[in-house]
Amino acid sequence: MREPKNPEDRGAARVRSPWREAWRRLVRNRAAMTGLTVVTVLAAVSIFAPWLAPYGYETQDLELGASPPSGAHWLGTDVLGRDLLTRMLYGGRVSLLVGVCATAVSLLIGIAYGASSGYAGGRTDAFMMRSVDILYAIPFTVFVIVLMVAFGQNLLLLFVAIGAVEWLTMARIVRGQVLAVKQELYVQAAVIQGLSHARILAVHIVPNVLGPVIVYTTLTIPRVMLLEAFLSFLGLGVQAPMSSWGLLIRDGAEVMESFPWLMVFPGVVLAATLFALNFLGDGLRDALDPRFARSR
Amino acid sequence: MIRFLIHRLLQAVPVLLAAVTIAFFLVRLAPGGPFTQERSYSAESIQRLNEHYGLNDPVGVQYLRYIGNLLRGDLGPSFKYSNRTVNEIIAATFPVSLELGCLALCFALCIGLAAGILAALRPNTWQDYAPMALAMTGICIPSFVLGPLLVLLFAIQAGWVNAAGWDTPADRLLPAITLGSAYAAYIARLTRGSMLEVLPADYIRTARATGVPEGRIITCYALKNALIPVVSFLGPATAGIITGSFVVETIFHIPGMGKMFVQAAFNRDYSLILGLVAFYSLLIVVFNFVVDIALAWLDPRLRKATS
Repeated sequence: MREPKNPEDRGAARVRSPWREAWRRLVRNRAAMTGLTVVTVLAAVSIFAPWLAPYGYETQDLELGASPPSGAHWLGTDVLGRDLLTRMLYGGRVSLLVGVCATAVSLLIGIAYGASSGYAGGRTDAFMMRSVDILYAIPFTVFVIVLMVAFGQNLLLLFVAIGAVEWLTMARIVRGQVLAVKQELYVQAAVIQGLSHARILAVHIVPNVLGPVIVYTTLTIPRVMLLEAFLSFLGLGVQAPMSSWGLLIRDGAEVMESFPWLMVFPGVVLAATLFALNFLGDGLRDALDPRFARSR
Repeated sequence: MIRFLIHRLLQAVPVLLAAVTIAFFLVRLAPGGPFTQERSYSAESIQRLNEHYGLNDPVGVQYLRYIGNLLRGDLGPSFKYSNRTVNEIIAATFPVSLELGCLALCFALCIGLAAGILAALRPNTWQDYAPMALAMTGICIPSFVLGPLLVLLFAIQAGWVNAAGWDTPADRLLPAITLGSAYAAYIARLTRGSMLEVLPADYIRTARATGVPEGRIITCYALKNALIPVVSFLGPATAGIITGSFVVETIFHIPGMGKMFVQAAFNRDYSLILGLVAFYSLLIVVFNFVVDIALAWLDPRLRKATS
């Protein structure tokens, strides 16, 4: 038997990092990889919308009016003669931006709250988690609506409002993980070395609970996008002439008897995106959670 | 068991109080009063309206008065619908949403449980993939897409039912399916997951070995244990589904409570928002309580663990 050239190689071959192992499992999951591809492509075309879009998003052609899909307008035009494909590309920017940013806000709040609660333990933990239970009993969507009515349609506010609503489950998940991780020897070692609590949390605990957090993040993004679409459906999302998928669906639903494609195409794209993200999330859960991995 | 139930009931009180308190102050934080949108009102009449509804008092006084009335079950007058109290509005709209919600829940349970059990019995075959793909579709298609699509297909194209309205029994069909499909999808996924965990258990094998019919094994032995996560999910879900959905009620022109939630928010009808939130929180608490009882019945271990 031939020895590897240096001892490091041998180590690398025997002990695979858990992240690489998870990635290997994810790649083998066809549904998850399809989801990943769809999400990547959608994100790419949305980001490059200004260069890809065949028309301007507010360019009207009133003589054309609503026309079915054709060579010039692949997905047809809306009542004002605006190109639907263009509006969907720009709408995708808003929908994905809200999805990512609002989820990021909920991540920040959820991780900070959950990790502090779990790390503190005892009475503090009990109190903080009871508060989360109480907050669960409040219909926050109503308050997001009140906020949007009161302060006007403001994208930044939309991120914060949605993020502030969606952090509860994240906090619970993180707290549960932290409770387990804080018993580990390396955390005790860090305590003995006299590191500050904030440093122990940030450097030693939070990175080790990221697996379930990543999974839940992938599942939060579609929920947030759905909420944004719902708010746009109420007329509280972005303002015309800007577009978002929710707004397009609402406008389409109003005229669907005569021009069904105006509702069907945005609806299909939104559903496909949610599909892709959910499959990706399921795949990530299977890949990152050893319990699921073993049962496969 | 009784101690456990009393304990749970006592826990509900601070939850309700906190929910109402947070709602009270959040709504007050928003700029603009309920009467600022009415252009036709003069400054003097707005002043008098504020005086009449006690909106000029310090917030603390308003809060205490509200809690006091709430304890007597009085949710106060609506600011926007003159001559109607919040209690009357809830009494008029809740039965409609309740009926729709119950129908949707029945639909969700029948479809969801059947699909979940079917998928779990033949894991990783097409009989598993097909219902689960369908469930994913149910989760991913928002109700404001599904509703219009159903209307387009079954009301406008096929002409089998009315596109909107709430008069004949047939009118209930499309709204119930629209509202219930997402719940059906979640129930199907939960059922499949927990059935897969229960089915390999020893007691199932023992039951098979002693010749218990397969149908009885699934319904009485496996399903009873597999239902636990589904029941936990149903608690808050039931409260949500019977308080109505703005989208479904708008699409099908149904005079229910979901619409009121959003209209109250748009109108800044403080008392109506607060009343609805209080009512909703009460329902959440009630259904969580019911779920606790149901879980204790399903799983005797839970009775000991919590008391």
